[in-house]
Amino acid sequence: MIDRSALPAPIEAEVLLPEPISNRRWRRRRPRPVVDSTNRGIISPYERRQGRVKYPLQFSTIALFVILLIIGLGPILWLAKGAITPTQDTLRDPMSLWPNGIKFSTLSTAWNREHLDRYFFNTLLVAGGSWVSQLVVATTGGYALSVLRPKYGPILTGLVVGTLLVPTVVLLVPLYLTVLNPPLIHHSMLNSYWALWLPAAASPFNVILVKRFFDNLPREVFEAAKVDGAGPFRLFWSIVLPLSKPILGVVSVFAIIAAWKDFLWPLLVITDPEKQPLSVRLPVLANLIELDVLLAALFISTIVPILLFLVFQRLFLRSAGLSGAVKG
Amino acid sequence: VSVVNIETRRRRSPVTWVRGGGLSTLVFLLPMLIAFGVFSWFPIVRALVMSVQQTNLVTPPTWVGLENFRTVLADPDLWTAIKNTGYFAVLALVFGYPIPLALAVVMSEVKRWRGVYTALAYLPVVVPPVVSVLLWRFFYDGSGTGVFNTIVGWVGLGPYPWLQSATTAMPSLVLEATWAAAGGTVIIYLAALTSIAPELYDAAEVDGASIRQKVWHVTLPQLRGVLLITLILQLIGTAQVFLEPYLFTDGGPANSTLTLLLLIYRYAFGSSLGGDFGSATALSVMLALTLGILSAIYFRLTRSWSTS
Repeated sequence: MIDRSALPAPIEAEVLLPEPISNRRWRRRRPRPVVDSTNRGIISPYERRQGRVKYPLQFSTIALFVILLIIGLGPILWLAKGAITPTQDTLRDPMSLWPNGIKFSTLSTAWNREHLDRYFFNTLLVAGGSWVSQLVVATTGGYALSVLRPKYGPILTGLVVGTLLVPTVVLLVPLYLTVLNPPLIHHSMLNSYWALWLPAAASPFNVILVKRFFDNLPREVFEAAKVDGAGPFRLFWSIVLPLSKPILGVVSVFAIIAAWKDFLWPLLVITDPEKQPLSVRLPVLANLIELDVLLAALFISTIVPILLFLVFQRLFLRSAGLSGAVKG
Repeated sequence: VSVVNIETRRRRSPVTWVRGGGLSTLVFLLPMLIAFGVFSWFPIVRALVMSVQQTNLVTPPTWVGLENFRTVLADPDLWTAIKNTGYFAVLALVFGYPIPLALAVVMSEVKRWRGVYTALAYLPVVVPPVVSVLLWRFFYDGSGTGVFNTIVGWVGLGPYPWLQSATTAMPSLVLEATWAAAGGTVIIYLAALTSIAPELYDAAEVDGASIRQKVWHVTLPQLRGVLLITLILQLIGTAQVFLEPYLFTDGGPANSTLTLLLLIYRYAFGSSLGGDFGSATALSVMLALTLGILSAIYFRLTRSWSTS
């Protein structure tokens, strides 16, 4: 499944090798880039100075910026405006830059009267729980397969990689029935967040990612720790985990964003409106409440992921690059 | 040496197994074994079993052989769903395949504020999918004062019915889906673009290549691997599209946006048919096999291409 030869090498190298912190700092502070023969792209530094390339290039750079601004930020800005615009104004003239009256009360109406606070809190619970369960399974599993290496390890790795090949659609119905009547427990997990947290933990992508990261850690460190008398638990907690912060960041972003976005699965297993996350509740609210309050609710639901993205941009973009490299 | 090894292995008792770290390894594996065992491996096997059973929540399941498959294949809705899913996939390729590539190629030449460009391109991916669908559902308002109808009205077009007509509904869905996903593809291409060795461009220039020739003869061939990856990812993704047809149109108008996953959902959980888990799993298994063959062919292809 994971065909290393098909992967673009630098993505892998960048994410899967532990990166010295000092190097990262330096990169962040890097001054305005100068194009030279080592970091050049399609257009050479010489061509960049020529008038027939320079001006069209400047033009397309600006044009691209405007296009990205309209496509990327436009709808979100429109949503922000719609959230504080009275319904009538939005309906009459949706593209006006300034509304007649700005109405911040829609935000508090959505938050209090429509109980967005509760669904928001539910979403946080769902995301937080999936985050913990995914980290636990990915790190312990990756550690056992990569560092402890039991004899049956390759078989397990094969079974985990094999599930990458199986599209999620196959799991929908049997997983639902499993949640209705789990083996051994025989007590329905319907309307319990465990029904979201536990299946999320079975992510082959996370386990493989973490395992490959651990594979690249220097084994001499493990040997030295063992000589000093560290057992497997000590080695895991004090040596391996502190070394693997970069990959834990990537897995965390995946876990939280996936939980925030997920719709179909929570729709099936969380049927109690009191317990539903935003993604399941919003489509119901959309048919019940007035437009300005709905737009305010949509805006509130969007602002957290966007803030997370702006703060952890590097991690997000790393994860995005990776999902193309390994997923399938 | 091997004889000694076998002998020591034979003498291993549970005590030496524990002392050798066998137990602690198992403790570390336990979370993964439980999570995968109960919520991945078991359901996969169960899907295969259920596809040849009649299952409902009241009576114990009974063996029906290939009956479920026969029922599904005889359902006229299946062919509509296959046609619609294929149409969605083709449209998604037309919209969503060249645009991110072109964006990424131009973006890779931007040297100042590259971070701002990537952030802007990636922003739609961060918006929760349900939010973007509900927002776009409002944008697609078919009246003259709808958001998109206002915009196309500026250049004298429209108003279009968007989601309300069987001919424009599917392209409208794909447009939103492309907006929501293109940023991720752009990031993948950008990573691949920056990994192209500058020497290749130097060499092309020595041979007198123009910028257009460099893009065509150096950049695109170098991206071949990643282009195939995104192609297969997109096909596997679009074959399982659910959110857009479910929330935008619920399969309508006149079943014009009924997709395979929506049909599976209707078999299993829909109110009209309801609880036909056998048909749902039979269709899931067929879809999964098709996608499995697709990715197998693809990996065979990439392997032979990258070695040659």
